[in-house]
Amino acid sequence: MPILEINDLSQRFGGLQALTDFNMTVGQREMVGLIGPNGAGKTTVFNLVSGFYTPTRGEIRFEGRNTSRLKPHQVTALGLARTFQNIRLWNDMSVLDNLRIAQYHWLGYGLADAVWRTRRYREREQRIEVKCREILEMMDLGEYAGELPKNLPYGLQRRVELARALSTNPRLLLLDEPAAGLNSADVDGLIRLIRWVNLEFKIAIWMIEHQMKVVMSLCQRLVVIDFGRTIASGTPQDIQNHPQVIKAYLGDVAL
Amino acid sequence: MSMSGRLLRIVLILLGPALAAAACRLAPILNEGHLSPAHTALIYGGLFLPLAAGAAAALSARLPACLFFILAAGLVMAAQLRFLDNYFLLVIMTMGINIIFASSLNLVNGYMGEFSCGHGGFMCVGAYVGSLISMAFFTSSKLFGASLLPPHLAPLLFPLVLIGAGLVSALFGLLVALPSFRTRGDYLAIITIAANYIIISLVENIDFIGGPRGLSGMNKTVGAMREVAEMPWMLIWVLTAVFASIVFLYRLVGSTYGKSIPAVCQNEIAAEIMGVNTDRVKLTAFMVSSGLAGVAGALYAHVYSYVNAQAFSILKSTEALVMVYMGGMGSLSGVIMAAAAFTLLVEGLRFAIPFINSLHILPAGYEISPVWKWVLIPLCLILLMQFRPEGLLGNRELSHFFPRLNKWMKRTSSEEEPDAHSGNK
Repeated sequence: MPILEINDLSQRFGGLQALTDFNMTVGQREMVGLIGPNGAGKTTVFNLVSGFYTPTRGEIRFEGRNTSRLKPHQVTALGLARTFQNIRLWNDMSVLDNLRIAQYHWLGYGLADAVWRTRRYREREQRIEVKCREILEMMDLGEYAGELPKNLPYGLQRRVELARALSTNPRLLLLDEPAAGLNSADVDGLIRLIRWVNLEFKIAIWMIEHQMKVVMSLCQRLVVIDFGRTIASGTPQDIQNHPQVIKAYLGDVAL
Repeated sequence: MSMSGRLLRIVLILLGPALAAAACRLAPILNEGHLSPAHTALIYGGLFLPLAAGAAAALSARLPACLFFILAAGLVMAAQLRFLDNYFLLVIMTMGINIIFASSLNLVNGYMGEFSCGHGGFMCVGAYVGSLISMAFFTSSKLFGASLLPPHLAPLLFPLVLIGAGLVSALFGLLVALPSFRTRGDYLAIITIAANYIIISLVENIDFIGGPRGLSGMNKTVGAMREVAEMPWMLIWVLTAVFASIVFLYRLVGSTYGKSIPAVCQNEIAAEIMGVNTDRVKLTAFMVSSGLAGVAGALYAHVYSYVNAQAFSILKSTEALVMVYMGGMGSLSGVIMAAAAFTLLVEGLRFAIPFINSLHILPAGYEISPVWKWVLIPLCLILLMQFRPEGLLGNRELSHFFPRLNKWMKRTSSEEEPDAHSGNK
């Protein structure tokens, strides 16, 4: 069974048809890419899948369950995490706290436990702390646990955001332009990191990315959209030579 | 915590009231004046210090808690021995009420970054509900007839009044929490002001609780407590409530559960996408905040023995705002200090204004009146916003500036830590 199945998804904002009949499946532990020119509707797809928008039409099935009417935090609780194009970390909280709060759904205690400091509270907090430190160590961020994200360099902030997304226990991870703003050395590191995350955490990854180097070397499949419509899908090699894709990116070749 | 440790704490906590009861028995003997003041002090010291130390050890091994207990025990003892006059005690109690009032608003305005300016409304609800509960349970009044419980239980069951007032105010907190799901910022601020006005007019138009005349039936409860034992009861309850509220807030904002509140403030979208149920977080923050304001209100009613809805108007809410922004948004220790300082400032004006008038520096025929308080308090707010919008401590705790405090904040006895690792013992 595919982990994510999108059928005839359409989204309309007032007079703007942002997305038309979008279809997509993501298999278990698969890495796929979504590309397209600026304003094609890529982030709209991610916003629909993660629950920020309720689709005008169509359905989204995550592990067989229809999630198109769920709120973002409910979708996350099912096992779908995402990062943002522009980093959205909690800048005035330590890196460790950033990861901790991402476990909100698995806290397993409530207000009364927090205020009474019950045994359950202490055990759960302990478990969360251990797990977060573990993720930080795995992501090579251990030494920054106590730092504020705003004091970290950009590349590390990206990595913290990825670590935070992993802290929610996802089975599918949506990455919205993970390589944006990175230099080419960082990009190579990122490619290795994403491949490693995919293997180590055994999760499926679906990414939006403009840097061809990233999608070509990571993704098994690519989907290309333009003006909200799917114009091509297939292996990276197919896509590279697809006439419509070339047209979408470069305009008509009949110069 | 191990079973025996828990038992020990319970015994120590029970020891407190037992000693207090013994003190009451001694009170008539002491008040007859056969003993010298030094002797009296010795007896009371012998009674209250173990009580304070026991309670401190029982409840927490943290230094600030111990200091608070010792300070509180000292105050109660001094009040009992009549070393402190009533005015001084009233200032202390007002300070305590202001600390609860301001630190509860800090949860919403500081930690959650919303701008609630109707906090006085919830205090009003608490004041009235607390008074009504207290009248119904412990006094025979025209309103409720005979008391539901024997009045001599009042000293024991008074916390019920506070809890009841807190719960009802928390429900009124929904009035603001529900719109906060859809709006933020300026619009929510306007809604909170409206909520404040709605509550005030509501109370003023319900005739059976006094309407615009106010309500004063709860003073009989205070009287009933004094009848059981001649002790500074309201001081004790205010200090207890201050301690409980601060511990409540401190533990809430220190837990991962509570850290979701500043997470919503710093980036609501990120919070939602990381699995935080932002609606529930807002609901919790608003309800806890208004609930504690209600507790402050119930205390206020019993301390002053009279409530009037007009006392909780937008001016009261402004006081809370000044205290929060003076201390620093999102800083518990800052707001506590600011609330204490603010109370002293306002009380200081009581003396400063006649003093300025007595200097005759103003043109003949001009005098400044106590109404100037309402010029100076909003002026404080304007100056703060202009020159230090983040407040004096601004999002940081006192321990940030004095790192050595951090060491003291840690538990001095580490009996709880190993337990957390080993689980069942």
